[in-house]
Amino acid sequence: MTVTEKILAVHAGLEEVKPGQLVQAHCDMMLANDITAPIAIQEFYKLGVDRVYDSGRIALVPDHFTPNKDIKSAQQAQYMRQFARKMDLLNYFEVGEMGIEHALLPEKGLVLPGDLVIGADSHTCTYGALGAFSTGVGSTDLACGMATGRAWFKVPESLKFTIKGKLRKWVSGKDLILRIIGDIGVDGARYMAMEFTGEGIKNLSMDNRFTIANMAIEAGAKNGIFPVDDLTLSYVKKSMQEGRRKDPYIIYSSDPVANYKEVYEYILDNLQPQVAFPHLPENTKNISEVGEIRVDQVVIGSCTNGRLEDLEIAAKILGGKKVHKGVRTLVFPATQNIYLEALKKGYIEALVEAGAAVSTPTCGPCLGGHMGILAQGERAVSTTNRNFVGRMGHKESEVYLASPAVAAASAIAGKIISPEKVMG
Amino acid sequence: MPGKEALVFKGRAFKFGDNIDTDVIIPARYLNTLDPDELASHCMEDADSGFAKKVKGGELLVAGENFGCGSSREHAPIAIKASGISCVIASSFARIFYRNAINIGLPIMESKEAVAGIKDGDIVEVSLNSGKITNKTTGKSYEAEPLPLFMQNIVNAGGLVQSVRKELSKGE
Repeated sequence: MTVTEKILAVHAGLEEVKPGQLVQAHCDMMLANDITAPIAIQEFYKLGVDRVYDSGRIALVPDHFTPNKDIKSAQQAQYMRQFARKMDLLNYFEVGEMGIEHALLPEKGLVLPGDLVIGADSHTCTYGALGAFSTGVGSTDLACGMATGRAWFKVPESLKFTIKGKLRKWVSGKDLILRIIGDIGVDGARYMAMEFTGEGIKNLSMDNRFTIANMAIEAGAKNGIFPVDDLTLSYVKKSMQEGRRKDPYIIYSSDPVANYKEVYEYILDNLQPQVAFPHLPENTKNISEVGEIRVDQVVIGSCTNGRLEDLEIAAKILGGKKVHKGVRTLVFPATQNIYLEALKKGYIEALVEAGAAVSTPTCGPCLGGHMGILAQGERAVSTTNRNFVGRMGHKESEVYLASPAVAAASAIAGKIISPEKVMG
Repeated sequence: MPGKEALVFKGRAFKFGDNIDTDVIIPARYLNTLDPDELASHCMEDADSGFAKKVKGGELLVAGENFGCGSSREHAPIAIKASGISCVIASSFARIFYRNAINIGLPIMESKEAVAGIKDGDIVEVSLNSGKITNKTTGKSYEAEPLPLFMQNIVNAGGLVQSVRKELSKGE
């Protein structure tokens, strides 16, 4: 079996599962945010139960329209907050301690290797970086999960991505996943698991792995998953110090004879920075083929690229330089802890001195919610995950997806540019 | 709930292309409400600004590959259902949208052939039970992929909440 099949089998109480099989499986952790939780809570009450199955295994994070952008979003956040109090949920994170959910949950030690996790947010697939099976669901699925501790799944087929070599300077996990989506398309992994493996994995930092797993959904995948190695274990050891999860975790790995629908190979050394053109993440080009694309706004942050390493790269490039006149450069550290670390290391100071605006953690502009909406005809280069029509604002605005290095370099140049050209 | 209502729908088809994402179905700027009618009033707005007004009730939404890709927002199938669209026929569905539609009781059918044979404005009749899709304008019929039995049971119970509620009350 593949690692995905093994985790599903164990959580379904079965010896073995096969792709296509429908199973009911136990969930180790569940997640919702201020947009998806309100519907889940409404549906939860329709189930005729008055308690959640386990108050320690539900995480509610107000991160999308928070700090609240208007009265309606404040009402939604309030509804979620009241539910969290009523159910004595141990993992509700208020503004001030919260972060963008997919950076926050791993950091707080709420997701462990071998877990089965569902979240009412499509980027829940991020936690596959820790060797967990983790997938996005809707609010109704989450409501039923909060009541029963279970959810139904179709066991996915797996695609294997063998990664070799080492990333060159200014090339990151974001470039790898954009290249993969460019190659297989936005439905290239539809209903499937994307398993990343190979000797090159050891050369990818945890932050890079989170970025790669995060965007598995942009290829239509059910989950993305990485093997567990020393790097994963040291991350988990640190994250578990808060003691939010006390149950032992189990490391699963694919059998040498496991079945894959397709096998792909990527050599990291051959990769150059990538840019996904509007209006699909699959419209990927090498930075050398981009041409002259002027930008009005640069966004560095999100569940995809708002981690410490992302801010470090941005600070390295923008440090001692100035943002191009007229370009709005917005930086969103993904969690309070990342913000604080970036502050201590001087990244925030470098970014502010360069002319970037640094925000408290929020999903804000990524989904066109608030804190950086684009007007008609405006263009942004963004480290986020989607560039659909109207994603960051007006339906006639454009989003180009790229890495923090490309975004930071573009902020200086006022146009999409290779970091090499800015840094030499 | 689809299990209790007529399982034959007939109406005009509104046709869209491939990769219709959830930001197009219901832009995130409107996700500060749970009200299905308010969501419906903005349904498909960024692809066809007059869509909500054009749908009178009973029409079908027909689209290409990977319909509903992107976000997990259940507001997307809720907006389509509340707009008056009776059924979505697509060449293929993105997985979270597919789940959500089943869970909330929005009828969906998968058929590449039917989608290829339906033009915008055609009158189409579908039977959820048999999976038969008939283009009344051209007279051609197609067979949709049947739902797996497990999912039929959810649909027949009236959605996931009703199905789980039944299961929970049995346990007591």
